[in-house]
Amino acid sequence: MSNGENAAVMDIPRLGEPALRPVSPSGIDVPTSVTDPGGVADDASRIGLPGEFPFTRGIFPDGYQGRLWTIRQYSGFGTAEESNERYKFLLAQGQTGLSVALDLPTQCGFDPTHPMARPEIGKVGVSLSNLSEAEILFDGLDLSKISTSFTINGTAAIIYAMYLAVADKQNVPRSKLTGTIQNDILKEYVARGTWIFPVRPSMRLIADTILYSNEVSPRFNPISIAGAHVRDAGATAAEEMAYTLANGLAYVDELRARGGDVEKFARRLSFFFYVHMDFFDEIAKFRAGRRLWARFMKERYEAKDARAQHFRFGVVCGGSSLVAPQPYNNVVRVAVETMAAVLGGAQSIFTCAFDEAFQIPTEFSAELAVRTQQIIAYESGIGRTVDPLGGSYFLEQHTDRMEQKILEVMAEIDAYGGVVRAIEDGWIQLRLAERGLDRKLNTDSGLNVIVGQNHFKKVDEEIRVGEVFTLDPTVAQRALEKFQRVLETRQQSAVDQALAKLAAAAARDDENVMPYLVDCCHAYATVGEMVACLKKHWGEFKEPVNL
Amino acid sequence: MSTLQATAALAGKRILIGKPGLDGHDIGAKIIALTLRNAGAEVIYTGLRRSPMQIAQVAIDEGVDAVGLSILSGSHKELVGDVITVLRERGAHDVKVFVGGTIPAEDQPYLRELGVAGVFTADMPLERVVAQLAECLS
Repeated sequence: MSNGENAAVMDIPRLGEPALRPVSPSGIDVPTSVTDPGGVADDASRIGLPGEFPFTRGIFPDGYQGRLWTIRQYSGFGTAEESNERYKFLLAQGQTGLSVALDLPTQCGFDPTHPMARPEIGKVGVSLSNLSEAEILFDGLDLSKISTSFTINGTAAIIYAMYLAVADKQNVPRSKLTGTIQNDILKEYVARGTWIFPVRPSMRLIADTILYSNEVSPRFNPISIAGAHVRDAGATAAEEMAYTLANGLAYVDELRARGGDVEKFARRLSFFFYVHMDFFDEIAKFRAGRRLWARFMKERYEAKDARAQHFRFGVVCGGSSLVAPQPYNNVVRVAVETMAAVLGGAQSIFTCAFDEAFQIPTEFSAELAVRTQQIIAYESGIGRTVDPLGGSYFLEQHTDRMEQKILEVMAEIDAYGGVVRAIEDGWIQLRLAERGLDRKLNTDSGLNVIVGQNHFKKVDEEIRVGEVFTLDPTVAQRALEKFQRVLETRQQSAVDQALAKLAAAAARDDENVMPYLVDCCHAYATVGEMVACLKKHWGEFKEPVNL
Repeated sequence: MSTLQATAALAGKRILIGKPGLDGHDIGAKIIALTLRNAGAEVIYTGLRRSPMQIAQVAIDEGVDAVGLSILSGSHKELVGDVITVLRERGAHDVKVFVGGTIPAEDQPYLRELGVAGVFTADMPLERVVAQLAECLS
């Protein structure tokens, strides 16, 4: 090769080759030479067979042969009309499930007319202020055929009620609905911030949604217990799993206190995680989490049905592991992370677009993210055999050590007094902030290698991509106009009546608020009105700001 | 594990870190708050979901030298503009305003025009954030 051809490479300064450290990001020591003759004696209680307790090797005996993971892209922005169009586009691209992103006013329970809402309308997702918007959002989409996942927490009960109301309007039986609401409030207090009510009434509301959903829409997942957000904020893979399992157990305790039957509700609990770049930490995290959850359900809660012991989870690949410098490197990162998700046995995968580190994805980058999954699914063959890495001396050892790390963190939370108290006091929040600072300092110093950002940088690189997605500036105005029209055309007496019944139900601990929320939605009560009604009885969360 | 070196680069400075609007992603704000405190500043953190009016009023009441606003929801133009307007209306002309979060490069000139003294994005090393603040506030 001549120097001329190699000019681009020559521009890359070598700022000292980073070393490969013999410790994983979760702080687990890894062997640097093979000390094991290969293979691990198959210990049935730790590893077993795929589809058998403790499910280390997967919850299904045939892995993805029976059913491929769901390719599910997070999408939705601007108005319901625009999001509806985007969904139709994604379904035409071969996506098999919808994922709805909602704007912050909808997530925090403010109507578009509220002064806090105005600058945020339609920014990070679609505005779903009342049933009429949901009718537009799902127009032409048969709810009995698609599975819809809503990233919604503080107002999850209301958005679920709205989804039921849309199904009623489409004459789709509620029992046919499939999909997920995130509905995991505990992690909102720690990392994502869309809390509304104090911790304890929020736990009641979540139990209401789960118990109600189990009855009326038994194929719908009424909660997705999520570690993803604490992970993206700085937690290690082990801490992500530990916080998530601890939160999951807190919900199980709440449901049991409400008289729920573990055999029934546990079958519909699902989980959600980030996949970042350390390949074996990620795979081990999922295998260890699956084993631990099965043991908790069987041994602590005496769940007998295997489906009540199953740890089903979706993942998102990318997030804060993607960076703005040299953005096309992110395509490679997402591919590696997707392989870890598949080898970890994920039930659904969302791949971030390479430009998500700095903008809303364009159609080009969104399509590439879907193609990444399809290539791994249909060309790479890694999903052909269930848990192909099972029995590897390294992976099984790493899984065991990961399990130990997870249990250590869970024991610290227990020692503090449990997750609810640790969150009310701000203890977990502070721990996470310190962990976030550690991660940032390790990135600044180059100890955590990020190619193109802290190592192998190009001189004078300008961060630019070809196409920039721009949000239509009239979105807010159009949302407000539609909102006003609904207020003018709905029957006010029906709204008042529905809200009064909701208030009465909220005031009683032995009542489930869900049917009243569905009635409110049918009457075109707004999200802001329903939240205000509940706040009157339950109050608002007071954030502990202790740094 | 890296540890944060305590310095005195920002000794004697009072800085308010605020989360205006509904965005709940607060890890960046908290990392900056911890960093500035380690650099000797007295840091006040507002917590989530504050209106621009509330943040500006706290800044005035506390007599801070600078306000750092963290926004990742894409609403930075509106929210930063509102905070600066209230600060200036109420006579706080010397309070410097900094912005952090997901701020596209093409929006930075607009923010500068509003009077923003510096924009910090997630990939900027913390040392540089402290150095730039120290220079601006000296």
